[in-house]
Amino acid sequence: MVLVFHALSGDAKVAEWWGNMVGPGKAFDTNKYFVLCINTLGGCQGSTGPSSINPKTKKPYALDFPQITIKDMVNAQVKVLDELGIDSVLVATGGSMGGMLTLQFAVSYPSRVRNVIPIATSARTSAQNIAFNEVGRRAIIHDPNWNKGNYYGKTPPNDGLSIARMIGHITYLSDKSMAKKFGRKEREDRNFEVKFTGPQFEVESYLQYKGGRFTERFDANTYLYISKAIDLFDLSDESGGDLTRALSKCKSRFLVIYFKSDWLFPEYQSLEIVDALKDSFANVSYRVIDSTYGHDAFLLETEGMTKTIVSFLEGAK
Amino acid sequence: MIENIKPDHEIIKSFIKDGSTVLDLGCGDGSLLHSLIEEKGVRGIGVDMHAEGVDESMRKGLSVLQLDLNKGLSSFKDKSFDYVVLNMTLQAMYDTLLVVKEMVRVGKKAIVGFPNFGHWKLTVRMLLSQRMPKTKTLPYEWYNTPNIRLMTIKDFRVLCDENNIKILKQVYLDEGGKSISGKLTSLRAIEGVFLLQG
Repeated sequence: MVLVFHALSGDAKVAEWWGNMVGPGKAFDTNKYFVLCINTLGGCQGSTGPSSINPKTKKPYALDFPQITIKDMVNAQVKVLDELGIDSVLVATGGSMGGMLTLQFAVSYPSRVRNVIPIATSARTSAQNIAFNEVGRRAIIHDPNWNKGNYYGKTPPNDGLSIARMIGHITYLSDKSMAKKFGRKEREDRNFEVKFTGPQFEVESYLQYKGGRFTERFDANTYLYISKAIDLFDLSDESGGDLTRALSKCKSRFLVIYFKSDWLFPEYQSLEIVDALKDSFANVSYRVIDSTYGHDAFLLETEGMTKTIVSFLEGAK
Repeated sequence: MIENIKPDHEIIKSFIKDGSTVLDLGCGDGSLLHSLIEEKGVRGIGVDMHAEGVDESMRKGLSVLQLDLNKGLSSFKDKSFDYVVLNMTLQAMYDTLLVVKEMVRVGKKAIVGFPNFGHWKLTVRMLLSQRMPKTKTLPYEWYNTPNIRLMTIKDFRVLCDENNIKILKQVYLDEGGKSISGKLTSLRAIEGVFLLQG
């Protein structure tokens, strides 16, 4: 059994958003393994979140929804495992926020996982990450349609959410990948009569498109709650800030994966996890995968990830 | 780093006590570390900067980190391993002295094995041809060799001496992989294996 934790904007449909990694003959070979991915608590794609109906008021929770943490999300998913009768999994993995959930799962439930693969992630959210998340949240709460979170049944704060997503996308790419994808290319239909509102450069057009599409499937309040949960994440919280002590409870093998050009989760954050594990003589391996994709590499660097994950899993015997 | 040399793992193993902790730098495919775990019950971590080696080591179930040794071992604590091993890799390091100093800092003891560039055949060939020699074990051209710091056994002894690193044991191997002693060993040895202490 392979348990995959999805990232901020992901969902349970792992064979879609990670179709290059999960499927027959893929790194997580569905001919060999059962692969399970569960919608995270606080989300808007099937689990309970701020857009869900509060049974007490018969209305959406909106801001009455409690602030959840990465740990709460893990606990909720463990309830699903219990319900399904899954005592332990062979592998837990995930990228970005999914990597945080993976680490938390390994620390909170050490006997329920044998191999842990945190990808493009961190054991504690950096000031830089919190800063980007905060700008995204500000965009949402300053959208007049946000209305202190009470927009259900009315026009949602799509402009704010779309800006938040645009900021996100910038942090998921790299200077190189943007230069390659867009360069200074301008749109053919650019209109200089219209000042500022219409997209001029291809990169603007891309961000606007991605931002707009995101509002069709994502709830703004969920964005606030989950991005805050990410900000609050510090795996060492319960061990007085001592990450080594926090991870010393783990019994699993670890493979930590970092991608070159991921400036949102720089190498030192992966090494912090690796160092804490090696100091307690855990079985930990560390791989640096060449990439120019930036943080998005965890969705795109199929070949590099596949090789290393398959090798790691072969060693699990 | 030098594929053709099958470094003498037996010598290194003989230096290492059962059940100790080992950091294997430049571990390649992990075969040395794997046999140390199997035969001597050590606990260990491998380090290599090449993806292929790291993947191959993981396939053996080893704990292995993809790090660049030229950046030092700053994340490793003082005396945190019983042994730090560097076999057939020193000659490919850019900052040789840093690596050796880091080894005796992190390890209670350090083990270094390297090809002896002072072997008489190499010396003679260089003298006669006036060109950098190529051999089975050093098959590269001077301009593309990964072995950028070629040294002799004597060179290495001087390096240790100048940096107050104690040589506890030294074993020399001839072309057949046999341990040799007596006269002119530094001319006859193709490889030297040293047990060091900082």
